[in-house]
Amino acid sequence: MTVQPASLAADPMVPRRFRVDRAWSEIDGVRSMELRPLDSGPVAFEPGQFNMLYAFGVGEIAVSLSGDAAQRDRLVHTTRAVGEVSRAITQLNEGDMVGVRGPFGTAWPIARQTGRHAVFVAGGLGLAPLRPAIYHVLANRADFAGLTLIYGARSPQDLLYADEVARWKSRFDVEIEVTVDHAAPGWTGRVGVVTTVIDRALAGVDPALVSAFLCGPEIMMRYGVMSLEAAGVGQDRIWVSLERNMKCAIGFCGHCQFGPTFVCRDGPVYRHDQIAHLINKSEV
Amino acid sequence: MTKGQTTHGILKDPTLLVAALMADGWRVIGPKVRDQAIVYEVLDQPDDLPRGLTDSQSGGLYRLEAGQPERWFDYVVGPHSWKKWLFPARQKLWTATRLADAGFEIEVSAIDWPKTVFFGVRACEIAAMTVQDRVFDNGMFRDAAYAARRADTLIVAVQCARSAETCFCASMNTGPGVDEGYDIALTELAGISGEILVTAGSDRGRAILAPLALPSATDGQIAAGPATTAAAAASQSRAMVPDIARVLREGLDHTNWEVVADACLSCGNCTLACPTCFCSDVEDVSDLSGDHAERWRSWDSCFSTDFSYVHGGAVRRSPKSQYRQWMTHKLSTWHDQFEMSGCVGCGRCITWCPVGIDITREAGTFAAHPHPAET
Amino acid sequence: MQTHGFEEILSRHPVFAGFDGDTLSLMAGCARNEHVQAGAIVYFEGDPADRMYLIRHGDVAVEIGTPERNPIIVETLHPDDILGWSWMVPPYRHMSQARATTDLRVVSLDGACLRRKCDDNPALGYMMFKHLLPHMAQRVRALRLQVLDLYGTASS
Repeated sequence: MTVQPASLAADPMVPRRFRVDRAWSEIDGVRSMELRPLDSGPVAFEPGQFNMLYAFGVGEIAVSLSGDAAQRDRLVHTTRAVGEVSRAITQLNEGDMVGVRGPFGTAWPIARQTGRHAVFVAGGLGLAPLRPAIYHVLANRADFAGLTLIYGARSPQDLLYADEVARWKSRFDVEIEVTVDHAAPGWTGRVGVVTTVIDRALAGVDPALVSAFLCGPEIMMRYGVMSLEAAGVGQDRIWVSLERNMKCAIGFCGHCQFGPTFVCRDGPVYRHDQIAHLINKSEV
Repeated sequence: MTKGQTTHGILKDPTLLVAALMADGWRVIGPKVRDQAIVYEVLDQPDDLPRGLTDSQSGGLYRLEAGQPERWFDYVVGPHSWKKWLFPARQKLWTATRLADAGFEIEVSAIDWPKTVFFGVRACEIAAMTVQDRVFDNGMFRDAAYAARRADTLIVAVQCARSAETCFCASMNTGPGVDEGYDIALTELAGISGEILVTAGSDRGRAILAPLALPSATDGQIAAGPATTAAAAASQSRAMVPDIARVLREGLDHTNWEVVADACLSCGNCTLACPTCFCSDVEDVSDLSGDHAERWRSWDSCFSTDFSYVHGGAVRRSPKSQYRQWMTHKLSTWHDQFEMSGCVGCGRCITWCPVGIDITREAGTFAAHPHPAET
Repeated sequence: MQTHGFEEILSRHPVFAGFDGDTLSLMAGCARNEHVQAGAIVYFEGDPADRMYLIRHGDVAVEIGTPERNPIIVETLHPDDILGWSWMVPPYRHMSQARATTDLRVVSLDGACLRRKCDDNPALGYMMFKHLLPHMAQRVRALRLQVLDLYGTASS
């Protein structure tokens, strides 16, 4: 899949205008919206990339693309209201206009994993950036040896895309393990951190066949990588998505530097062996 | 002076060149004295060019002093760099206006840059421009405003005949002699009173010099140019240790970071004074009616805690990690990002550090004891 | 015959798989099969911790109750997990309650019996230490992550 890079847009610092076609609530404080372009330029993206979303007069934030990359006429974003800008983004409704710069950053190399067992490890909202890659495997399931999703959240109420995950789970060719950190009685699922589930989920899987994709809190990914390595998955077959402060997304502002890399250009998706020497260092 | 060739002439008074440029409609930005320091401002008249000044610089200290009264360029770099012109400290990127139907439109800010001469650019400063050229045209994205300003600016360089105590450009291979990247270069020859060797470095430069009909330089005068900068290089007492990129890459856990952090005030002066530091922030503002919004881009510093903020907190909270980020970026990871050093050896970070932290001395400490935990 | 079946089960369990046959038969002497119906309590908080449970089929929720609200599930355990370790630690009382969330089949081992055998045979005690401690450590590490409340939003 080839995507026209955003660099070919007239000015990478100027947002293009999109219209909110639909907006809906996912879980408490988290909303999704579907956007259609009003200005010219590419809409296509690759799984794992992100856009800078601009709320008029308020500001701009980086939000991962969480829709299906095969749908090349619209963008789907899922945003949690944590700051001023994200709050404004989550208050947008059908018909509102939003500024979009992007897509930016590296992608999950999912299309290159033909024949392999795709293992997705998602924590909290980390499922959103992984979803386009999961869509790809679901749509091309026969090209892959397997699909396993291990998804952890704080509580059953915090599970993102719960209905959709349940639909995936009903497929016979998909393994899904969902776990939460805390639950009230009545929850019949698993309670325990996502990393504890990895060993179990990989029990019958040939580790040499696994390509693993992790997205979630950095600590979760660190421990998740350890579990994957213990299970025999090579560092060069593990990809993680990092989050850093981002102002420009085009390598000019310097904010998102992680060691020698710019998360906006060299990330957010990194192959783990390329950053293993940095990810355990504090305050890099 | 013959036309067409790389040519050398002799100029007695550099204000004549300033006057010629002004007469030709150029905006001339050059050295001026303000607040007892050399700053780069628009020259209103040729006589704004200072004369008879030198400077005294060391860690945390800058003093403009009287020098030999007839000499023009014996001071070196001051607190400003040309960065503030090519990459303004605050620039408006665009304006958005609300439309009647819940939408908005965006108008990109026009680039307002008359034809401009930078007069008196030093070798390290040309090197710094080369560094920022690479930063703002990174192979994927290009800062159109920066590129436009840069392309439409004529460079009149000055070869340094003297180094300050804080200069270490010789060890960075960025000076004190200017080899390229200029339209016209001026060398105030040492020991030869009132003789400035003028060298054209581009067709643009030759075209400007031609009407001045400068007397040709003699072979002796031409040879005196490199000798002048060689003497300035030889006088430098500070030097960057070689191989510092590797030393720092392997030294993220060095105990010396704690030592520097104890002195560092996290004030960010070094990042503002540095001619290559490029970090910026953006700010979205709207008017009271809420119908007009603007985005501004302004200089930022990796020494601020907010700089690395992600939701939940900042990644680099301690002065130690902030200084480590600045120094390793400048001297080590810059090579990974831009295939060159981010340091040009101008010494501004040493002079303008309120506590006199010396990047060359710190580099020396890291290099001398690469594994302090084992000693 | 019965004991031999337990040896078989223990030898296939990830924690005890490395034990030699003699040790396994010693342990098997303390074992029995139990069946717990979905929803039933395996043990209550404060109960004497007299058994260790190896889960064969079904799931268990470990809960901690508070007076003013419903109990909170802090951990769920699944086939091949070990439920209950308070039998190793004085005063041998459960600090949480365990509820079967599905029909549950377990092999339980008598804690007092195991302690006695370990006292008599320090080599067995050391084997238990070497094999149970890593399992415990893994659980403690997981709980640490849980305490971090990773998915929380510190800023809001």
